[in-house]
Amino acid sequence: MSKGILYDATMCIGCKQCEQACASENGLPYDDKIAAQDVTSAHKYTIVLTKDDKFMRKLCMNCDDPACASVCPVGALQKTALGPVTYDKHKCMGCRYCMAACPFSVPKYEWDEAVPGVRKCIMCAPRVAAGKPTACAEICPTGATKFGDRDELLKEARKRIQDNPGTYLPHIYGETEVGGTSVMLLSSLDFQKFGYRNDLTERALPLYTYQVLSRIPDFVPLFGVLLGGVYWITHRREEVAEAEAHDKHSSNSQGGAQ
Amino acid sequence: MTVPKFRFTFWKAVFLAIMAAGVYCTYLRFARGLGASTNLSDQFPWGLWIGFDVMCGVMLAAGGFTLTAAVHLFNIQRWHSIVRPTILTAFMGYLLVCAALMYDLGLPWNIWHPIIMRNPHSVMFEVAYCVMLYTAVLALEFSPIVFEHFKWHKALLVVRRVMMVFVILGVILSTLHQSSLGTLYLIMPNKLHPFWYSPLLPVFFYISAIAVGLAMIIFESSMSSKHFGRELELSILKDLGRVLVVVLAIYGILRFEDLYHRGVLGMVFVSGYEQRFFLLEMFLSVIAPLGLLLIPKVRNNAQGLYLAAVLTLLGFVTNRLNVTITGSENAVGARYTPKWTEVVITAMFVALGFAIFGFVARYLPIFPEEKASVPALPRLQGVRAEVAVPVHAGD
Repeated sequence: MSKGILYDATMCIGCKQCEQACASENGLPYDDKIAAQDVTSAHKYTIVLTKDDKFMRKLCMNCDDPACASVCPVGALQKTALGPVTYDKHKCMGCRYCMAACPFSVPKYEWDEAVPGVRKCIMCAPRVAAGKPTACAEICPTGATKFGDRDELLKEARKRIQDNPGTYLPHIYGETEVGGTSVMLLSSLDFQKFGYRNDLTERALPLYTYQVLSRIPDFVPLFGVLLGGVYWITHRREEVAEAEAHDKHSSNSQGGAQ
Repeated sequence: MTVPKFRFTFWKAVFLAIMAAGVYCTYLRFARGLGASTNLSDQFPWGLWIGFDVMCGVMLAAGGFTLTAAVHLFNIQRWHSIVRPTILTAFMGYLLVCAALMYDLGLPWNIWHPIIMRNPHSVMFEVAYCVMLYTAVLALEFSPIVFEHFKWHKALLVVRRVMMVFVILGVILSTLHQSSLGTLYLIMPNKLHPFWYSPLLPVFFYISAIAVGLAMIIFESSMSSKHFGRELELSILKDLGRVLVVVLAIYGILRFEDLYHRGVLGMVFVSGYEQRFFLLEMFLSVIAPLGLLLIPKVRNNAQGLYLAAVLTLLGFVTNRLNVTITGSENAVGARYTPKWTEVVITAMFVALGFAIFGFVARYLPIFPEEKASVPALPRLQGVRAEVAVPVHAGD
């Protein structure tokens, strides 16, 4: 069963304990200065944004069919069956296609490292594999960040919207965006106000490239035969000339023998 | 063969200055990392080195497959004399692209990983394989020049016998990766501006590669003629100019139809940041060269062809930079201008391109001998078997 995270912004109190728990889970530094940073980076995988009295988290959406994993030429990024999208630095060659392709611009780079890698929230893959919730969900004092089966969380999100139509926007962000994501968001304030895009396609992004790539095996033999055929046809004249020269030559030599 | 005496010229001084700066920037890149040596950021992970060195580098080397297809497959033998300089341009281009990629990759020592860690769903994986294989094919297409120089006749004969297979392979591989450089962007429908994001991106990249390949041959022939004091093969360049007209016209019409059917034609007339770059690109890549080449006086004149070719090159360089940089600036909410170190490294690779071409053309039989031709040996496998003498080695 695929796991997921449901973040309900209306329950969030902006305590940023999720940020701190995330940092300690991933061995990253965390202090007041870092807490004040409002962009995710190679040393901060999740942030809690504040707008007046409203909050919103940002973290890797861990897409169901992630663009980053699809574009990675060496398979360093992988979508696991449990939900998390993981990263293996030993495979990575640092082309940063994942960063360019991610619709949420999530993967960050260690620009100042001599041996840089891609950094992003991996939905606490080791914890999830061990049957534990993510660090952010475990620490959350209000239950705003909830970990569970994605299907169950989706049902619950729908129920919350249905029961409190005045509180929530009728939109579960991540239910259908780019084909669905493991992380889903509920909010009373337009997601766009926190930098979430409202114009994302509902189609899984890897399909856009796969519909071209999947034609290649069919294309190669056809194109090869076409080119070979062009060569064969256009060089007929020389073949004829060669054959004629050969005929002449052999008839000459025959003539000489007689 | 006497080694020419080294003379210090203006362009040699420029070259040495660029190389010196390039060595320093190479040190900065590998000692201080990408962060210190580039203006790349989390919003802008790809900059000048991908936009120019890789995207334009591969595009500018497209003459190789275009001309080998025309001469060896379509049997247009009157273009034969320009095959070798074109293959040299292509081979050198791909080697420079591979070298430039080492600067851009965060972990360049892992560049070989795609060979064993395969993800066939990745366009980058496909590009990596095609570029790798095609560079090998180009090495093979280039090898007769070396064999001839060292008079390794047996190797020459073997290579000629298998050459046709590799020409076909080269055209297939080029078709795949030239178009795939456009396919790379298909996965970013929400990041690339609608002027450039189109399901036809791979088709546009492929057709423009052919146009640029032709323009590059005209450019390179004109430069070589000037630099080496050779007679210009004007009749061939006139032919190429005509083909270029057709390719540019097809490209222009396709771009127009694409904008029309996607309903973004109206945006062309709305003033804006992307619009200005789009108009610049279309003017340089299609309108200006097409307009020039449609005038017979220009089309049949060496300077006119050269001008049209240079405009075409600039136009499609603008196109590639628009796709890689301009087109996504607003979507990611950041502007990108390359850092001086990035510009120096790019300049270094361009300068190296000119220098290596000049050097190789001086010492290897790249150009057919003028007038002093040796009677041609019987043609084998469609590749002319002349024994070339490097008549220009002495100048």
